[in-house]
This record gives sequence, structure tokens and C-alpha cells, in this order.
Amino acid sequence: MTLTEKISDFMEKRRPILEDWKHTFFLWRRTKLAIIGTVIVIVFVLVAIIGPFFIPYDPLSQNMAERLQPPSLKHFFGTDQFGRDIFSRVVSGSMIEVEIIIIVSIISGGIGLILGVIAGYFGGAIDEILMRATDMFLAFPSLILAMAFAAMLGPSLINTIIAISLVGWTVFARLARAEAMKVKNQPYIEAIRALGASRTRIISIHVTPMCVSPVLVQLTLRMGTVILTAASLGFLGLGVRPPLPEWGAMVSDGRSFLLDQWWISTFPGIAIAIVVLGFNLLGDGLRDIMDPRLRR
Amino acid sequence: MDEFLIEIQNLKKYFPLKRGIFSKGQYVHAVDDVSVQIPSRKIFSIVGESGSGKTTFGRTILRLIEPTSGKIIYKGQDIMNLSQKEMITFRKKMQIVFQDPYNSLHPRRLVKDIIGEGLYIHEKISSNEILERVKAILKKVGLNEDHMFRYPHEFSGGQRQRIAMARALILNPEFIVLDEPTSALDVSVQATILDLLIDLKNTFSLTYLFITHNLAVVDYISDFVAVMYLGQIVEIGSKDDIFTLPSHPYTYALLSAIPDPDPKRKRSRTIPKGEIPSAVNPPQGCRFHPRCPYAKEICKRSDPAVIEASKGHFVKCHFPLR
Repeated sequence: MTLTEKISDFMEKRRPILEDWKHTFFLWRRTKLAIIGTVIVIVFVLVAIIGPFFIPYDPLSQNMAERLQPPSLKHFFGTDQFGRDIFSRVVSGSMIEVEIIIIVSIISGGIGLILGVIAGYFGGAIDEILMRATDMFLAFPSLILAMAFAAMLGPSLINTIIAISLVGWTVFARLARAEAMKVKNQPYIEAIRALGASRTRIISIHVTPMCVSPVLVQLTLRMGTVILTAASLGFLGLGVRPPLPEWGAMVSDGRSFLLDQWWISTFPGIAIAIVVLGFNLLGDGLRDIMDPRLRR
Repeated sequence: MDEFLIEIQNLKKYFPLKRGIFSKGQYVHAVDDVSVQIPSRKIFSIVGESGSGKTTFGRTILRLIEPTSGKIIYKGQDIMNLSQKEMITFRKKMQIVFQDPYNSLHPRRLVKDIIGEGLYIHEKISSNEILERVKAILKKVGLNEDHMFRYPHEFSGGQRQRIAMARALILNPEFIVLDEPTSALDVSVQATILDLLIDLKNTFSLTYLFITHNLAVVDYISDFVAVMYLGQIVEIGSKDDIFTLPSHPYTYALLSAIPDPDPKRKRSRTIPKGEIPSAVNPPQGCRFHPRCPYAKEICKRSDPAVIEASKGHFVKCHFPLR
């Protein structure tokens, strides 16, 4: 059998999987808001990746001669009190937001999924201990807790990410736990136990994948909140350190000029609003698409 | 009954009820002192109404539910003494097929992975060899190899039950517990699945423990029948003994409840009064006495012993019908 034949044979056998993906795509296309959300998120990520190559000015260098310029063709979004081009800063700041979102999602989603599945599958004392720990985290308002962590660790990009992750994992742990508790009593898990599978195998291969989709949907829904929390921390001076163009910190910078030089705070604020909206729409759409009742 | 594959002695399973601060712990007597001998290469049926503990019994034999006490002797070896690790290798020999084919297959895994799971666990062979074995077993259960790369939701109930059979069979087990394998299926499909089960039993020389409430199915498939009531076996014997000479009033009542397609024939039916009592506080004496038409004073006081009505036909009653 030649290589091309092997590949076509392989594809032929996996056609049902492809059809499953096609069906997912079809469901996605039917949900208008999900399309809008997806487009916003894709544009956001593209801007983050290729934007820095096309920005007209260095986002960090100061130019006192051109400080506090209103929006014009030369400076699309105007300049701030140090003469830095706000358009360039907003564009290059999107990369920081993307970094925060991705790393926070991996850390908090991962911690939440693992702890939640363990608590849900084993139950009993392990469940009690883990869930009381999540209760402790949930007892505080999330922004206050994130502020406390950020203040404790000191303001920097990495510490912002750590603080938001430490606050955020509880929701995913609860979700994964509920799903694991439901799944572990299903006959298909019992059948796998009857085959002699070890606990590690059952949890990692059979239970965890079933718990991923609610966590994934919630992650997407929470990405907006993550950006907002990062921006709030930045605004309060507990997040990313100044010259870095983090959107929340930029809104904060323009605070004292808001009445006369409105553009300094407004444009990063609009960027935050649009991206948060995009992630929320995408999350809502994903939830609908992953709903098993809509699927074949 | 000469050669026994499994011998079960005084098996008990009590489920604790959640206890309050002031009340004493209570137990659901799901399986209460059951002793059975299952002959090799035969189909042994357990019949009973819902709540009689037949499903718990089937799962307890496989130690999917740990029994409270009792012995399960498999070919002379008491599997209750096996450690968790020894039990894993032992599981190759005993398998189970569940009632509901819609819940018993993992919804996110391909059929090849569902069926091949046992091989992944027990045998160190390459994924190509696993595919070959899956292909072979699919043919045996009447599916074809195109079905390997599909998800369970693409199949009908009967096909799913065939997949569940393939999953159980791939490790070449000797003993399979069939927990109402046909009751979730259409009547037309039931017959084909039953024929498949008989066919597979002969090809692989299997022993079945067939759990069901459907007496027509029992009549069709079994060699031996045990009737279960409130966690206890009230009558046990060969199929012909049970169906032609039922000795326990409960068995008699069950058999008289089988619908008769002939509308002209008049039959006497004895329908047990009321509902099956709670297994938390089973009745004193004979468990069937509150519903038994022949109950006398002694039935309320003492638990009847098991007596041999004829050779290999045992009944647990003070006043057996024959």
C-alpha cells in the first residue's frame, strides 16, 4: 500500500469523526450570536499576533512635544500625557490580554478540572476537604481576593496572572465535580470497572473527558471576566506595571484627564468592552452547540 | 447439575440507610442469605419483580458491589479473598451486560475503543492487533467492521446491545451476567438478541446468569431458574420443574400472570395482594406471608426451611403446593 492510499484509507475510516465535526460546524453556523462572538475573538487574536508589526509608533517611547493630542489622522486614538500613541498602545496591549487569558485559562481550568474530578469521583472525606477549600475561596468577593493576592505578591504581569488563576479555579472545580459525580454512576463506567480498569485509567480516560465540555464553556464565558479583573487590577495599580500597555492600566492613566482629554481612557475602555462582549457571545454559543440535546 | 462453575454460599448485601442522630442505623436487605450453584455452560435465570434484589445479586457476584458477607466460589477458588489487584486479572473471566444499552456505552468514545477497552487493559498488544480482534468480534455479534469508527449514538438499541456483548466477549470470558439484556428493546429485536445470546453461548461455551422479570424470555432461554423474592430465593430448579410444577405460591402466582393469547380459555389466576413489602423491614417469618393466599399461623412466626420437592428442585415454603 502506498502512502497516499494509506492516508486515504485512514481518512475513509475516520469519516464519521469528520462528519461529527461538520455537524458541529453546521450548528455553529446556525447560531448568529456565536458567529459574531467568534469573529470578534478571531479579530482580537489576529490583532494581538500581527498587530505589533503594523503599528505606526513605538508604544513605550515618550514624545513630550505631542502630548495630549486629540484623535486625528496622525494619531488615530490621540496621545496620552506622555505623548505616546494610544492606537499603538491599544494594539500592542492586546497581546498582553491574550497572554493573560491563555495562561489563566490553562492554570485555573486545569486546577479546577483536576481537583473537581478527584472530589467528585472519590467523594467522602476527599470531597469534603476539597469542597470546603473551594468554599473558603468562594466566600470572598473575587475581585477583593484577587486584589489581596496581587498586593501580597506585588504588582507585575506574572503576579496578576497568578492572582486571577488562584481566584478563578473554584467555579471550574464545582462544575467538574458535579459532572464527575453524575458520570461515575453511569452504567458505562461500571462496565469499564467490570472489565478490570484501574482507578487511574477510569478517571483519566473515561471520566475526565466527560467533564471537559462544561468546564470549556464556562472558561469561554469567564474569559471576559478575566480581562475585566486584569483591567481592574491594572486600574487599581495592583496589576501590570506602568510602561506596559495593559488596557486597564491605560484607563486608569487617563482618569485625571477624563473631562478634557476623554480619548486617553475611552479607547482602551472600548477595546475591553468589545473583547469581553465577544467572549461572552462565543461562550453562550458554545454552550448551545455542546448541548447534547441539539446534537444528533 | 453436576459440574458447577460458580457456587454462591450465604451471600448477603445490606445497604445502610442514612441514619439520623437519634435513630439507629437501618439496612436495606437487598440480598439476604442467598446460596446458589450455577452449572457450567448452562443458562441460569433469576426471576423476580422489581425490588427483589436480582440486579444487586448479579453485581455482587462480580464484586462490582462488595457483598456484606458470604462466599463466591469460582472453580473452587473463593474470589472474596482476592486482593484488588488479583481481582483485576480475574475480571477477564467474568463479564456483565447491562439492561439499558443507551447508558452502558461511553458516549464520547468510538466503538473500536469501547470494545477494545478490555484488551488495552489486560493484553499488551499493538493497536493494530486490537483493531483486528475488534473486527473479528464485531463479525461474531452480527455487526461489520465499518461500525468500528462510529459513536454509540449512531446505533439502534439492538445494535448497541450487540456492541455491549462484543465488549464483554473480547476477553474470552467464561461467565457473563446478563442483567435484563432485552427488556429495553422492542419485542421484535428481543428475539434476535436472544437467539444471538444462545448462539454465542454455544460458540464460546459460556455460562450465563440471566436476570429478568420476563417469564416468556425465561421460558425461551433458560436451563435452570431461580425465583427471587425480597432478597431471598424462594424456589429453584430446572426450567421444566418450575414451569410445569411450580411449588411455591409466589412462583405459581407469577406463572399464572403470564398473559394467554387464547381469549376463550378460562384460567384461574392468583394475584398476590398488595405491593412487595419494603426490604428495610422485611416481614417476620416467611417473607411472602402477607401476600400469600395460603398463609397460616406458622408462616407469620417461623422462616421456612428449604426443602427438596423433587430431585434438584428446591422450595422455601412451609406448605409447598406439591
